[in-house]
Amino acid sequence: MGFLDISSVTKSYGNIEVLHHVDIAVEEGEFLVLVGPSGCGKSTLLNMIAGLENITDGDISIKGRVMNGVHPSKRNIAMVFQSYALYPNMTVGQNMTFGLEMHGVAKPERDKALASVAKLLQIEPLLDRKPGQLSGGQRQRVAMGRALVREPDVFLFDEPLSNLDAKLRVDMRTEIKKLHEKLKTTIVYVTHDQIEALTLSTRIAVMNDGYVQQLGTPKEIYDTPSNLFVATFMGSPAMNILPAKVSMIDGLPHAEITNSAGQKTPLKFSQANMADWQGKEILLGIRPEALTDPEGADRKSSNIQTLQNTVDVIEPAGADTFVTTTLGGTNVIARMRADTEIASGQMFDFAVNMEKAVVFDPTSKNRIKP
Amino acid sequence: MSVATQDTAVSSGKITRVFIYLVLLLSALFYLLPFFVMVVNSLKPLDEITGGNMMALPETWTIKPWLKAWSTAQIGVEATGLKPYFLNSILMVVPAVAISTGIGALNGYVLTKWRFRGDTILFGLLLFSCFIPFQIVLIPMATILGKIGLAGSIPGLILVHVVYGIGFTTLYYRNYYAAFPTELVHAAMIDGAGFFRIFWRIMLPVSGPITVVSVIWQFTNVWNDFLFGASFGGQTQPMTVALNNLVQSSTGVKEYNVHFAGAILAAFPTLLVYVVAGRYFVRGLMAGSVKG
Repeated sequence: MGFLDISSVTKSYGNIEVLHHVDIAVEEGEFLVLVGPSGCGKSTLLNMIAGLENITDGDISIKGRVMNGVHPSKRNIAMVFQSYALYPNMTVGQNMTFGLEMHGVAKPERDKALASVAKLLQIEPLLDRKPGQLSGGQRQRVAMGRALVREPDVFLFDEPLSNLDAKLRVDMRTEIKKLHEKLKTTIVYVTHDQIEALTLSTRIAVMNDGYVQQLGTPKEIYDTPSNLFVATFMGSPAMNILPAKVSMIDGLPHAEITNSAGQKTPLKFSQANMADWQGKEILLGIRPEALTDPEGADRKSSNIQTLQNTVDVIEPAGADTFVTTTLGGTNVIARMRADTEIASGQMFDFAVNMEKAVVFDPTSKNRIKP
Repeated sequence: MSVATQDTAVSSGKITRVFIYLVLLLSALFYLLPFFVMVVNSLKPLDEITGGNMMALPETWTIKPWLKAWSTAQIGVEATGLKPYFLNSILMVVPAVAISTGIGALNGYVLTKWRFRGDTILFGLLLFSCFIPFQIVLIPMATILGKIGLAGSIPGLILVHVVYGIGFTTLYYRNYYAAFPTELVHAAMIDGAGFFRIFWRIMLPVSGPITVVSVIWQFTNVWNDFLFGASFGGQTQPMTVALNNLVQSSTGVKEYNVHFAGAILAAFPTLLVYVVAGRYFVRGLMAGSVKG
């Protein structure tokens, strides 16, 4: 049993079920990120943990206490909202201590808690200002401060960075991570940004259509996505998915890929069990960084295969150069070193790191486990 | 070429501007004229009005008509002036405005932040009350006031105006609070504030603009009401009814100067409210629509 237990939780609006038997156990001190596209049910789940939405079926418990029907204020949680939800008529200090005041904490203790959190977040000079006089980043800090002051069991973050500009978002992301490492608090964080999910979390729950598609560490999610949805949703640029046929060469399974000229190139699988799929169609998932120039290929990999193909488009992006090519009839993106010598229209030897390749069953869309 | 076009643009702009100001000025004069006549004639002795020009300034300035209208004029059977009726109106209008605005705010809060099954239908029914003509409810209202023992009294009038006002005040506050972020209410819930605490500490402090709108609207309507005052006022008639009695008296000489003074006295409080809070009124009407 975890610190925060979500067991078989279901949510329906009328006859429409929007969350289907979600099971997640969060350990104390964990940073769980719920990630998914709009309408996947991640915010609904967060609101149910907060007590802002009713639970149709199943249980949510915190520290072993079932929270179904318990008022939000009695769950010992704190929430940071997307719009920050700062009370416009109160000063920053009043905003941050409002919760303590409502819980009947005496003024001297409130001031003490406020002072220590204000110091931690470096917002001491702002305490007498109104939210309207703060910048976006400052409001964000105050919203976090309001949550921290309460010293809750669980912190809930509802897309807290999506209203910030790109640079500030990266800065605040680091701040949040630092804060978590310092305070070791339990956090449930909702976002639609997969980079935020990968960088912040200790574990990620990828959600779609009201189902948890995969629950695991960022590395598990990134390297071994359990199905096509997770594979293409996580990572930017997205994982390349190419149709291929399994054939046996010298008794070893290979994936036959058709290049733009119509020629078939066999790439040796690292997964021995692919022999069972001999003669069948599969979908091969290759991350852009596993498809690169021969010099840039991972030297630690035990299985680098070469594949010749025509280069379609080159997009230099500063640190990397993205190369688009056509494989198996679909556009494929390769990530190469910035100074790779390459020109569009050229025949190029792509290095494929087959150790990192994942294989999907084209009918079930699930990963074929090695 | 381009310079020439610019020149014509500027001069046509000037002409338009002069025209606009002219129209505005004429409109203002047109609307101020009756008020001018009232003020001027209320400061004249009666013989100057009957024997002379309505538009002329007084030859002898006097405030006697004002004093008479206020304290000694014959209203109905007694020569009390408008003073006691002015007091009646105040005693009626202040609680009626306060109660209807308060209930409207609470209704708006519940209808937007504590949604329940059938809330839109309920709101629709409340809105319906804005469209019911006063005359239709006179008899049922008289019956009810009689049954609960409030007929012919100020509390009775207050009740009538509160009931009639709730539809409007609810409409104002509901639309204002609809633009108020619900996340704030959720944040306050998590912080541990209850239903009334959220209303009092979070919603009301930011309701200034719409409260001004509601107060002006209610004050004007309740103060200016004649029908309910005449029907249910009994011995405690409001200012409007008394003014009617003063002006419509069929015996003796028609003291126009006293009538004018009385009419201005009756209009004075609403004028004052507009002058003091008018700019907030306009701002308040805008506030709900612009705020994100």
